[in-house]
Amino acid sequence: MSVDLSQFIPSFLEESFEGLELMESSLLNLEQGDDETINSIFRAAHSIKGGAGTFGFNNVTEFTHLVETLLDEMRDGRRSIEQNDVEILLESVDCMRLLIEAIRDETQCDSNKIAETSVLLEKTLASGNSNTSSDNPEENSANPSVINPEDALSKWHITFIPEHHLVQTGNDPLFLFNALADLGDLTLVANCKELPALNDIDAEELYISWQLTLTSKANETEVREVFEWVEDECQLIITQEETVADVVDEQPEETEIPANEPAIIEQVANKSEEQISSAISTDKNSSASAAEKTGTKAKNDLGSIRVGVDKVDSLINLVGELVITQSMLSELGNDFDLSKVEKLNSGLEELLQNTKELQESVMRIRMLPISFAFNRFPRLVHDLSKKTGKEIELILKGEQTELDKTVMEQIGDPLVHLVRNAVDHGIEPAEARIAAGKSQKGTIILNAYHQGGSIVIEINDDGGGINRQAVFDKALEKGIVDENTTLTDTQVFDLIFEPGFSTAKELSDISGRGVGMDVVKKNIQSLGGRIQVESETGVGSTFRVNLPLTLAILDGQLVRVGSEIYIIPLITIVESLQPQKDLINRVSGDMVLYRLREDNVPVIPIYSLFNIASEFEDVESSLLVVVEDDGQKIGLMVDDLLAQQQVVIKSLNDNYQQVEGISGATILGDGSVAMILDIAGIISMAHKKSEMHQKHKRDLQYKATQQISEGANL
Amino acid sequence: MLAEEVPVEGEHSLEGIDFITSGEQYLAFLLGEEQYAIDILCVEEIRSWENPTQIPNSPNYIKGAINMRGIIVPIVDLRMKFNIGKATYTEITVVIVLTVETTDKTRTIGFVVDAVSDVLNVDKSEIKPAPAFGGCVPQNYLEGLVNSGDNVVTILNVKALQAVEPHQLS
Repeated sequence: MSVDLSQFIPSFLEESFEGLELMESSLLNLEQGDDETINSIFRAAHSIKGGAGTFGFNNVTEFTHLVETLLDEMRDGRRSIEQNDVEILLESVDCMRLLIEAIRDETQCDSNKIAETSVLLEKTLASGNSNTSSDNPEENSANPSVINPEDALSKWHITFIPEHHLVQTGNDPLFLFNALADLGDLTLVANCKELPALNDIDAEELYISWQLTLTSKANETEVREVFEWVEDECQLIITQEETVADVVDEQPEETEIPANEPAIIEQVANKSEEQISSAISTDKNSSASAAEKTGTKAKNDLGSIRVGVDKVDSLINLVGELVITQSMLSELGNDFDLSKVEKLNSGLEELLQNTKELQESVMRIRMLPISFAFNRFPRLVHDLSKKTGKEIELILKGEQTELDKTVMEQIGDPLVHLVRNAVDHGIEPAEARIAAGKSQKGTIILNAYHQGGSIVIEINDDGGGINRQAVFDKALEKGIVDENTTLTDTQVFDLIFEPGFSTAKELSDISGRGVGMDVVKKNIQSLGGRIQVESETGVGSTFRVNLPLTLAILDGQLVRVGSEIYIIPLITIVESLQPQKDLINRVSGDMVLYRLREDNVPVIPIYSLFNIASEFEDVESSLLVVVEDDGQKIGLMVDDLLAQQQVVIKSLNDNYQQVEGISGATILGDGSVAMILDIAGIISMAHKKSEMHQKHKRDLQYKATQQISEGANL
Repeated sequence: MLAEEVPVEGEHSLEGIDFITSGEQYLAFLLGEEQYAIDILCVEEIRSWENPTQIPNSPNYIKGAINMRGIIVPIVDLRMKFNIGKATYTEITVVIVLTVETTDKTRTIGFVVDAVSDVLNVDKSEIKPAPAFGGCVPQNYLEGLVNSGDNVVTILNVKALQAVEPHQLS
């Protein structure tokens, strides 16, 4: 029976993280309190404990056992659910996560915190029990820290009726009995009444039930623990006879259950219930979010993705269609003549349809509901509101909005930052809120929705809003603006994304060090997205993050320069136009500006930037594509505008290296490669180039003046 | 003789199959008049020349990038890189695509050569170190020299070939 268990460890880890997620989110909901929730928390803890036991992760088992005990008391109604306990349980979930992460990373975890929390748990267990109006003292034995005064021996009557398939699941009653025998004196009587005739016996089924009598110092929990593994697959009746000072009665007392003794009969949660709960956890939590949630620098295993069977099925369907179309087309090609052109056309159309759908389905596999990113926020806000003493309600909307996995992974941290900010800076302290005539409880709304080809995530708070004047003063102080500048609200609010910009009066450990907003902006931009702020004093602020749905596909405008084709991301394009001669201005020597309404847009010729031949070298005959990045508009000079199409982004970096001004490459319909322009890169290239140009000019001037002076000297 | 030594596994005649008895195989190719060779296990495929898409501001020996079954593969003209012969593109100009795994990543790069000439069986002991003077090919690209008939074949180091020297905007 030696099975290499280590191969199952990854799935144990994955499931445990899911379980922890479930526990955490349920615990947060528990604040309102209901039975089903506490049951699901208990089950999650129970499975983790069980799994850990199998793999011999004893520290997890021990710790989880404490948690489970506490949960069990809550479940049985022996303990009322109090905020304090929930906090401890949340902390315990953190500890369990630490422990499991340590297993995953094969490192040692901070044992201090674990020890502290277990002491806390034990204390709670001890204190809670004396407080609760428990109707009989025996039940206290469920608590390991108070149980069993000295050597009092108890006599346990155990009725163990296993289900027929018990042995098929790898359990052996013999082991159980041996384990029981270790606890004390054990006698057992087998009941073979159900044993069928020899002919009807299925060798893999178990037909026997047992009556056991155990005289031991062990308490009920310990006895029950022996049966932990088979709990779901048997009927178990454990009763306790009066505490006996010494062992007298060796005779088993068989089926009789003394009526005056408290009989705790556990009809074990049946299988289907378990399955439902695990299905729920599968739905709500995936490995991605579980790992994401840790937020540590540890190597997050994001190598796998959980895909719904329906998505896979639809893929298989589509591939089937594709195969049919392909065979239809090749049949057509066997003896083709002109009369079949129509058929060919419709075949090709079908092919187009199929590939399109296939593409969409494949992309959908990478799409996950944004709830994976949102899930961490209830806990975050809960903790923050405790820390800051502000009462805050978090409302999540549009959690089912789907988003590419890669984008999701990278948007998590910026969102955390924005939510922290909303709690710390946005929502005012309760007194201020009441003074302003608002409800004492602050509200933060996280909302996600699709808009065109992008996803919008809004973080809205009903706090004090951004203090426009404070931002402006700070900008003055930093020399970003001068006194006479007039700025629109949007421009002022954009200033908060400047590096080192914080208007918080005092630093807190939550936020306010001024690092962050610029990083948030940079992260979002690196994903090809943008962030906007709206704010009204006294009413609140809204941060709106616009993100592309996926990083793998991009809407692009194909342009031609000379014989080369480039792709400009559609999202950056402001407009494309045919330059009018009188709007072209040459300034400061060599710079060309184009007047676009009230803006002067610098014109950047792609051909000179990339050192390639071009059809037109003057601005008038070329076309201008006005693009914008980070507020900076530039006009790219191109020879021709071609089609707009979706392109699949391929990295140049894989086989080559990063190229300035190019964000990647793609493959066009004819199989050729086209480069995708990186607008931010092009802007910085143009800056560098003009700097070099100016330096060169200065050098020339210097030389010329020297020559003149030399000439004068002669 | 050879056929007898090999345990007969099927009914097929084993005659005419070039068994590798020892050593390694190298793919020999021409750059101008000179013969070069590379480890054949790194060769992904041999393609005919097609016009690649230019990569902006790359050195002149990087001809651009092509699409090889969905992978973007940069094309290096070895003749230009080593200054050997004339870089002309005719119908028999070929591109040898090499895939080399280094410790941190796998790179696939295509190299333009004048023609592919032969597959050589070379025992490690036959490879002599290249003399360290003269020549256009930098020393770190050379693995050694080997005699093949009357010719001397230069064996190139694939790892060195794969290492793209980073270049900056000039």
